[in-house]
Amino acid sequence: MSDVLVVSEHRRGELRDVSFELLTAGRELADALGGDLHVGVVAGDVERFADDLNRPGVDRIHAVANGEEFDHTVYTAAVEALVDRIDPAAVLTPNSVNGLDYAPAVAERLDLPLVADVLGFEYDADDGLTVTREMYGSKVETAVAVEGDRFCLTLRGGEFVPAEGVGDAEIEPVEIEAPESGARVKGFEEVGGGDVDIADADVLVSVGRGIGEEENLELVEELADALGATLSSSRPIVDNGWLPKNRQVGQSGKVVTPDVYIAVGISGAVQHVAGMKGSDTIVAINTDPNAPIFDIADYGIVGDLFDVVPELVAEFE
Amino acid sequence: MKVLVTVKEVGEADDDFEIEGTDIASSDLEYDLNEWDDYAIEAAVQLAEAGIAEEVVAVTIGPERAEETIRMALAKGADRAVRVWDDAFEGTFADVSSKVDVFEAVVDEEEPELVLSGVQAADTAFGATGVALAERIGFDHAAVVNDLDLDADAGVANVHRELEGGIEELTEVDLPAVLTVQTGLNEPRYASLRGIRQAQRKEIAATDLADLGLTPADVESTLTLTEMYEPESDSDAELIEGDAGEAAGRLAEVLREKGVGA
Ligand SMILES: Cc1cc2nc3c(=O)[nH]c(=O)nc-3n(C[C@H](O)[C@H](O)[C@H](O)COP(=O)(O)OP(=O)(O)OC[C@H]3O[C@@H](n4cnc5c(N)ncnc54)[C@H](O)[C@@H]3O)c2cc1C
Ligand SMILES: Nc1ncnc2c1ncn2[C@@H]1O[C@H](COP(=O)(O)O)[C@@H](O)[C@H]1O
Repeated sequence: MSDVLVVSEHRRGELRDVSFELLTAGRELADALGGDLHVGVVAGDVERFADDLNRPGVDRIHAVANGEEFDHTVYTAAVEALVDRIDPAAVLTPNSVNGLDYAPAVAERLDLPLVADVLGFEYDADDGLTVTREMYGSKVETAVAVEGDRFCLTLRGGEFVPAEGVGDAEIEPVEIEAPESGARVKGFEEVGGGDVDIADADVLVSVGRGIGEEENLELVEELADALGATLSSSRPIVDNGWLPKNRQVGQSGKVVTPDVYIAVGISGAVQHVAGMKGSDTIVAINTDPNAPIFDIADYGIVGDLFDVVPELVAEFE
Repeated sequence: MKVLVTVKEVGEADDDFEIEGTDIASSDLEYDLNEWDDYAIEAAVQLAEAGIAEEVVAVTIGPERAEETIRMALAKGADRAVRVWDDAFEGTFADVSSKVDVFEAVVDEEEPELVLSGVQAADTAFGATGVALAERIGFDHAAVVNDLDLDADAGVANVHRELEGGIEELTEVDLPAVLTVQTGLNEPRYASLRGIRQAQRKEIAATDLADLGLTPADVESTLTLTEMYEPESDSDAELIEGDAGEAAGRLAEVLREKGVGA
């Protein structure tokens, strides 16, 4: 009971990056616990996925070939069956949208303490497990002690280096009987086509909730015009219907990597940062000196956008 | 059908804040209705207005202060509310399973056919409560729902689950169900003056663990917050000083160097 079970994630025929990050995290935790690293891969082309997941540090891969795509009923049943076989101390899943759809059910069913959106962990036999995670919109970090010797963690993407190379894990097919699902996937839809592709832009002026009112958007439009930039935004601007979905940067929007990204009145929530952290130069204008966006910015102005933006427009006119 | 909506009061840190022990000083927190729950309330009220829901009940686990927030849900159209609190929660970091203990007891009492909760609480951000509750009470579920079409006759909810990268999963969920609501699902209304007045007369049932047939041992948390600190910034950002004009001038210089606006 010192092993670790990592549950990988794939979508429409591709393993997602976070799966390889989980291998690294899983290996670290297994070393701390003194156990083996097991990887579960569920649904789809599990043989191909298993080959790809066979990276250094992985001891055993369990391939559960039920269904094609993610289905939480199948995933929950599969993890339950694997936990039954392996008797691991830890179950690790991605803190992804699909992770949110089954990990809490797994923890509940198996009566495991759950810690979500984990950034890092420490384990020692005396003190048990302590994890780090954020609170209050990433303004603070916390240490959380977890009681007991079994637990389920969902890991934030992008925090661990993906495992590389070819390993020598044993790959084993596993048959499970999953109950009929009360949630049936009917298909997928891609959203956010439209007039511009913000991913093509060299310079983005990106606006967030700090803009306050729809009328004020004019201000950032002027800035984008003056700079020859394209206008993008954080999620609330799109949720409010002020800009179309194809302008949204972030986890559930577009991933952009422009030369220059100017964040105006954006706090820098993790789901936003996921979509723009690869930009060459990041500029942030925000009244709050503690806004997490400043942690990833190259240039920052702590100030009121209603003062700064008009001055900046004037500079370029 | 009856719709139960879980509603959390969340704290948002002021621009300047102090950490006292393992939390932000309450004087440096602004308390508000969790953004995601605002969309859940709106979805429930719209179901009531469409004649699909007969009653919308809001439930919160929170101290007396949270009445203000739950009152907001009532002002927006929820019919009544249940507020659960107990000394046993004081000063603890409740884990998902203890909250689910409470919600399970409320579900047993209320017998809703649909439970709406938010994708996540803005302050603690577990993103787990709704799905864990579904597992406990034997409802099916869908997480991160940004489109909802309820077919009460067929006994299903047709939803879109918003995945990463602008892809939505179209899913049919059998009722009874728990859905976790993503922002953008609808346009949450502002409470009208009339709504606020009416909310004063609506019931908020103050409930403790004993009322729900639970004991403090049932809700003992497996998690302890042992430290809170401001994250170390490894940023080497140049913070541009000066008044707005000076700052804009320096930024313009930087941008021109990068070839912007040329
Ligand atoms: C599953 C999931 C997926 C998500 N996907 C995305 C996504 O793809 N993209 C995304 O952006 N978000 C996404 N989010 C939402 C995300 O968690 C945040 O809620 C959102 O990014 C916040 O947007 P914001 O920074 O504009 O608003 P806020 O966090 O409210 O920040 C506004 C900022 O403006 C500043 N401000 C206020 N007034 C002024 C002023 N006058 N001048 C200058 N600054 C000012 C404030 O200090 C604050 O920092 C997702 C959330 C979830 C749960
Ligand atoms: N103390 C609480 N009171 C009421 N609802 C809650 C509470 N904690 C969590 N929830 C609900 O569960 C959702 C997800 O919260 P969490 O899993 O804590 O991120 C929130 O949007 C709320 O709807």
